[in-house]
Order: sequence, then C-alpha cells, then structure tokens
Amino acid sequence: MQRTVLYERHVESGARFGPFAGYEMPIQYEGVLAEHRAVRERAGMFDVSHMGEIRVRGPRALPFLQRLTPNDVGALRPLRAQYSALLTERGTFIDDLLVYCFDPEDYLLVVNAASRDRDLELLQRAATAEGDGVRVDDQSDETALIAVQGPRAVEIVTEVVGAEAAELRYYSFLHQDGSQRMVSRTGYTGEDGFEIYTAPERAEGLWAELLERGRDAGLSPAGLGARDTLRLEAGMMLCGQDIDEETTPIEAGLSWIVKWKKGDFVGRDALARQRETGCRRRLVGFEVEGRGIARHGHRLTVRDAPDYAGPVTSGAFAPTLGRAIGIARLDCSGGAPPAPGSAASVTVRGREIDCRIVKLPFYRRPREGA
Amino acid sequence: MIPDDRLYTAQHEWLKVEDGEAVLGITDFAQQELGDVVFVELPAPGQEFAAGSEVGAIESVKAVAEIYTPVAGSIEAVNEGLEDAPELVNEDPYGEGWLVRLRLDEEDTRDDLMTAAAYEAQLAG
Repeated sequence: MQRTVLYERHVESGARFGPFAGYEMPIQYEGVLAEHRAVRERAGMFDVSHMGEIRVRGPRALPFLQRLTPNDVGALRPLRAQYSALLTERGTFIDDLLVYCFDPEDYLLVVNAASRDRDLELLQRAATAEGDGVRVDDQSDETALIAVQGPRAVEIVTEVVGAEAAELRYYSFLHQDGSQRMVSRTGYTGEDGFEIYTAPERAEGLWAELLERGRDAGLSPAGLGARDTLRLEAGMMLCGQDIDEETTPIEAGLSWIVKWKKGDFVGRDALARQRETGCRRRLVGFEVEGRGIARHGHRLTVRDAPDYAGPVTSGAFAPTLGRAIGIARLDCSGGAPPAPGSAASVTVRGREIDCRIVKLPFYRRPREGA
Repeated sequence: MIPDDRLYTAQHEWLKVEDGEAVLGITDFAQQELGDVVFVELPAPGQEFAAGSEVGAIESVKAVAEIYTPVAGSIEAVNEGLEDAPELVNEDPYGEGWLVRLRLDEEDTRDDLMTAAAYEAQLAG
C-alpha cells in the first residue's frame, strides 16, 4: 500500500485512514459531517496526491490528444483546463480526466489513481504508433496535489501563493516556475476553490503553511469521506463507480464533453450511433423521501414505469440537504429518461423506500449577487 | 472507560440486563468506527427476535452497520429520540444513544457475552 508524502501530517492531524486505489488515504479527521460543512461554509483542504499526472509533449501533441479524447483540445487555450475522458472504441469510459494546456505542444493530463497505469499504457502505446511527434511521461510520483475548496479558499490561497490566484477564472491556471508550482481554479466539491500541484519535497511545507494561514478563515483538513459527499451533492460522477467501461458520456449526461465538429476521435462512431438510436441506460439523480439511505448496489425502480430500473451507483446522506441522495443507472430500453419529479422507490434491507427522480446537480453553490 | 455494569458482544454491542429486560446499544469503539450516524432503523415494539437476529441498522454518512440482538426477546421499547437526533449514538453511546429495550424470553442464552474487562482485552488484542 502506497502513502502520499503528506502521510505524517495526516497522522498528526488525527486522520483515520482507509485504502483507496492502492493508497492509504485519509478518510476523515474530525468527522465527515464537520469536514463537509467546513467546505460548504468556510474552507477545507484535501490531500489528493494519489491522482495521476501524465505529461504529453511534442509537435504532434495536439492532434494526438484530439484523437484520444472526445472534448475539443484545439479550443483549449494556454493556461486553461478542460474536463474530458479516455474512451473505448465503444464510446465508454476508461477514465475521466482534466487536460491542462501549457501550449499546443505541451499538455498535462490529470487522471484517476485507480486507472493511472492503464491510461499510461494506452497513451504510451498510442504515442509509439505516432512516432517521434509525441512523448508521454508519467509525472505522478514527482507531483503532490493539494485541493483547497470552499467560499473562503480564495483568501487563503492568495495569501500563500500570491494575489494573482484571485484573478484566475474557473478552469484556468497559473504556473509558478520558481516554486515548481501550478495553481488551478478547479475542484471536485461544487464550491469555489483551487488545486495546487507541487513537487513532493515542497508539499509538507505548503500543507503546513496553508493550514497556518487558513486558521482564521476556518480551514480544516478534509478526507476522502467528505470529498465523496461533496462531489455527489454537486452531481459529479465518480469514475469506476458511476461511470465505467459500460457507460458512455451520453448516458451519463456528459454529452457536452463530446465535440462532433472536431473530427475523428476514439469512440466517435459508437457515440454517433447512440445519438441516433437513443440510450439503453441513463444515469439519473434521485432523492430519498422516505426514511433510510440508498447505497451503492441497491436497486431503484420508477413507479409508473417498472421497466425503468437499475442499480444505485452512488448513494449517501447529503449533509447540506439533510436527506439521502443518489445516482442510479436506469435501464431505459432506448426511451427517454424519466422526467424529474417521477416517483421511484429503492429497496433497502427488504423495505421499499419512496424516492423521487431529480435533476442533477443536487446542490448548486449560491453565487454572489445572485 | 468501558462501563462494567453491562455485558458485551464481539460485534461491539453492549447489553444491560435488569429484571428480565435488556437494553441494547453499541460501544464507543463501534460508534467511532462508524463515524457520524445520520439514521437509525429500529424495529416496531412488540416484534419478537431470536438470539443472533438482525433488529435494525445504523447508517453513518459512509457506511451501514446491522444491529443484532445477542439474546432472544420481544421489543419492549425503542429509543425514539434517535429519530430526530441520531447523533446521540455518537455522543453518548452508553447512555442517551441506547437502541432498543427487549423483554427477555429466557436468561440462559448469554454464555458468549463478555464482561467489560474481557471486551477491553479484545479491543487491546
């Protein structure tokens, strides 16, 4: 089992650990509810150094990524990031990822820890076929990643990395070469926030400094437990659980990452067929109205259309909403997905509990002036 | 720290027996392992259970733990306070966070229960 460079800091903070994608990761410190609330109301800090970083460089880097990912890398300007994926020929997810553009010959892919090896192998094999034009390097072990998320993240992060961080737009980033640091306005919580990539030897110092400077703003360390409830409330998919090799972006409601005008890419034909004929399965959000919590593996059924049924892929108590929510993969046999508001039920320990289909996301952060 | 006025199971439940009745709850170790409790599913009063059967479940944010009764009996009362305040299981597992009260069928089915000292030894081991 691997550990991140921040392991000792987590022990000091009283973390409880659990296995995740081959790493011994902090699941919680004070408690999932308190950490979840800290991120929604103030700020929370996550060690997500287990994520994989893969550098793609060379004169052919742009056409290479255009072919391997469904989103339009050509539209990505330097110092901007893009949500995308690696797909199979069947148009299903191998992984979801972020593409960071330094320039049209230099990109960084940030991938899930669990699929890192597979992604790397796929990319390297494709690069070899491409010839001299592209080089693919695994930089995961040279990169630590700290996410600071929440309404007060901006004041904490600017104090530590400089005022220019406050100027960053959502999904843009800056590169501070002197400190081998990349600061991006991205996250997986539904709040404003930043992800800071740094060299492993600088990670402990950065973590300590953020914790120190963030104290007055109410910053707390937060574990993967809160990260999961936060991302679920924000309607974000977890790869390997909600989306996987049996799920396409269209089925997952992520059609926006598929760009048809950019030319050919892996999975395009299968997705084009699905766009014509409709989806057999759909990922839908639901809220539990009765008493109980639907969990991964329970079965959701739409009341007026019992053919529409399928497994819950993510289910948890949503601390911000005060009730249980989830995502289910419904068999829709090619028909339209059930309308938001449709009554449904889930079977938990032999008991049927009332649910309602709702639109994703479950939670949207209040915006200034809105 | 482990109260010595009751008995314990290997599954981290406690049982306090008095006058043919038993109050059932989970231990401090169990509530810590579970994390923040957000929902407790309890049986209906009057329902009968065999020793070792499932009487309900405790849901934390991240996990679910079934509750088993180590003794046979019928449900005399459930802790209704948990409906609005499931966090009592975390805050006071040996007191306000109790789960159910059973009327015992018979009193000789408790051979495999541990004393506080034995339970503490199990935790230490």
